[in-house]
Amino acid sequence: MAKITSNILVDVSGGKDVYNALAKAVSAAGLGKSVQVAAVDGFGVKAEGAVVKVLPSGGYYTGVAPEDADRIVQAAASGEGGSPVPAYTTNVRVALKNVGYIDPASIDDYIATRGYEALGGCLTNNTPQDVIAAVKASGLRGRGGAGFPTGLKWEFAGKSAGDKKYVICNADEGDPGAFMDRSVLEGDPHAVLEAMAICGYAIGADEGVIYCRAEYPLAVARLENAINQAEALGLLGDNILGTGFSFKISINLGAGAFVCGEETALINSIEGQRGEPRLKPPFPAAAGLWMKPSNVNNVETYACVRHIFLNGPEWFAGIGTEKSKGTKVFALAGKINNVGLIEVPMGTTLREIIYDIGGGIRGGKQFKAIQTGGPSGGCIPASLLDLPIDYESLASVGSMMGSGGLIVMDEDDCMVNIARYYLDFTVEESCGKCTPCRIGNMRLLEMLEEITSGKGKPEYINELRELGEVIKDASLCGLGQTAPNPVLSTMHYFMDEYEAHIRDHKCPAGACSALLKYVIDPEKCTGCTLCARNCPVDCIAGERRKTHVIDQERCIKCGTCMAKCRFGAISRV
Amino acid sequence: MPVADTDMAAKLAELDAYIDSLPTKEGKLITVLHKAQDIIGYLPFDAQHHIARRLGVPSSKVYGVVTFYSFFNIKPKGKYKIACCMGTACFVRGAQAIVDEFKKRLSVETGEATKDMLFSLDTIRCVGACGLAPVISVNGKIYGRVAPDDVNKIIEEYMAKDGGSVG
Repeated sequence: MAKITSNILVDVSGGKDVYNALAKAVSAAGLGKSVQVAAVDGFGVKAEGAVVKVLPSGGYYTGVAPEDADRIVQAAASGEGGSPVPAYTTNVRVALKNVGYIDPASIDDYIATRGYEALGGCLTNNTPQDVIAAVKASGLRGRGGAGFPTGLKWEFAGKSAGDKKYVICNADEGDPGAFMDRSVLEGDPHAVLEAMAICGYAIGADEGVIYCRAEYPLAVARLENAINQAEALGLLGDNILGTGFSFKISINLGAGAFVCGEETALINSIEGQRGEPRLKPPFPAAAGLWMKPSNVNNVETYACVRHIFLNGPEWFAGIGTEKSKGTKVFALAGKINNVGLIEVPMGTTLREIIYDIGGGIRGGKQFKAIQTGGPSGGCIPASLLDLPIDYESLASVGSMMGSGGLIVMDEDDCMVNIARYYLDFTVEESCGKCTPCRIGNMRLLEMLEEITSGKGKPEYINELRELGEVIKDASLCGLGQTAPNPVLSTMHYFMDEYEAHIRDHKCPAGACSALLKYVIDPEKCTGCTLCARNCPVDCIAGERRKTHVIDQERCIKCGTCMAKCRFGAISRV
Repeated sequence: MPVADTDMAAKLAELDAYIDSLPTKEGKLITVLHKAQDIIGYLPFDAQHHIARRLGVPSSKVYGVVTFYSFFNIKPKGKYKIACCMGTACFVRGAQAIVDEFKKRLSVETGEATKDMLFSLDTIRCVGACGLAPVISVNGKIYGRVAPDDVNKIIEEYMAKDGGSVG
């Protein structure tokens, strides 16, 4: 029987043209028995064009077009082809180990990557206390934002007395700009199920609940499929692997509320209530779902668990920094050349991420800031690019790890406007329970709106700062406690932009349209009338071959005139 | 309108069958609301009262939950649901201009449907397709790297499908 000697993996997330061309080229060359073409959902960051990886050489082709198929197939057949691409090869894959490499609909594929081996090992060789001790020794901390030590959380839930306990998976990924959990759920659903079962064994729970965003229908479908497959093989359900341990998992759909990422709000939502956070204590480990001891971790945290048992806690603790162990998945987006998911060891610097992996700023523009931690985080300026990313260092500069969104901003982004954008989000998503969060954030937003429209008063600077601190101190849950971060951090690093808006009524980045003015240079204007004919509100006056003038009162600042002018006579000031 | 009434009655009967199939009603309010919105398309007050009676909870609680979560709609949506992503990645790549263009072309505000009920316009928070920013979706179909100039083309694509004309 012929043996498959090489594999060609094709990223089909942007379309199937290249995949079809490669499959055709393989059969045309009569290599169907030795070269296999497989479709995968991406290799991490995305650059322009299709990406192809060749195994066993491990090389990549980027920007592949269907015409390249024959050349790639020939090279692959001789066991060669492709070249290393830093954007992919600097990744250290733990949580994303299987994502993009196995068929997520196949439990056989998962088992072939030592799937359910960690669960089997824990059930047969370890006591629940051993399991908790191993997770503690690994140094794994929560990947959902706050970074609480996972092993400690399991220990608390394990020690709580109760006839019934729950393992909950927080799959309510709500940070705008973060999509690593979706990627894990869609690309490697069994990894989450296996970790939940391990946790169930460790804390003494027989039931797991996955709280998943309703906006992720594919993730839900893949999870349902994975649960059915695992139950059919006796890897979930009653008497798992004949050990007497039983564990079943169900899926609960979210309904669109950012605050439900907070664990007690999430628990209320599973119970069918409004997702308002509860007062802590009691913590979920003592009284969570239906007031029973519960352990809540997020998707990425669970996705790390089996590797701790397969490779040993020391191995995991050997990656990363002193206090932040292992790897972290980041969603790289914004004004950067390569966008997508990356997984790097904790302690990697922002500079390495932006320039080595991200390929630098789009269009050769100037880097201004990188936003981490979503609406709870802050903006980090260029002077801190050599900051090694871990929980503590991000907190020390006024931001936070959050779930791992990294949004890169360039010279065209106004930092006051960015702060306003995040406040707009928080005001909409505040559950309304605590007054400082419900009303305080609204007041912050109103001040920022006035500043970005040129009506800000000098005293706003102090008021923003004071009110921000009050909201942080006096709110019950993480949403309110971190909501002012985008304002406070941009005020800290980009005060000049706030002052320019308030004092000079100018937006240095040219983003706040209310503060912009389009003017025609009489020296350069030829009176061609092109701008006047294209103005949507007819506010440009002037006769043919004579200088044109923009009526500032009526101008809506759409910028059409500037784009249309062939003589560079119109500028934005 | 008797036609609409029988239509709604049939839909509520379908919902009742679902509620009866649940092993327990405790904590199932959100699950039932998801199903109701699947069947009816939105959650009118009549349906909310009906669900309250069937689950044995006050209508005020149902209303409280429906209005808490952005996924639930009290107003009907258009046949083609346009959702513009306003996640951060889309925002910094010009999502606001896309929303404004849709508003202008369809003469609606966000959260509203056109008079002929063909289109409704909403903004949503991150569909997790940040690599394609700015992103919009029409009935779940994703359009990436959208420019304001593409907006009319997208609207016309669905108009053509429906055999309708602009306006």
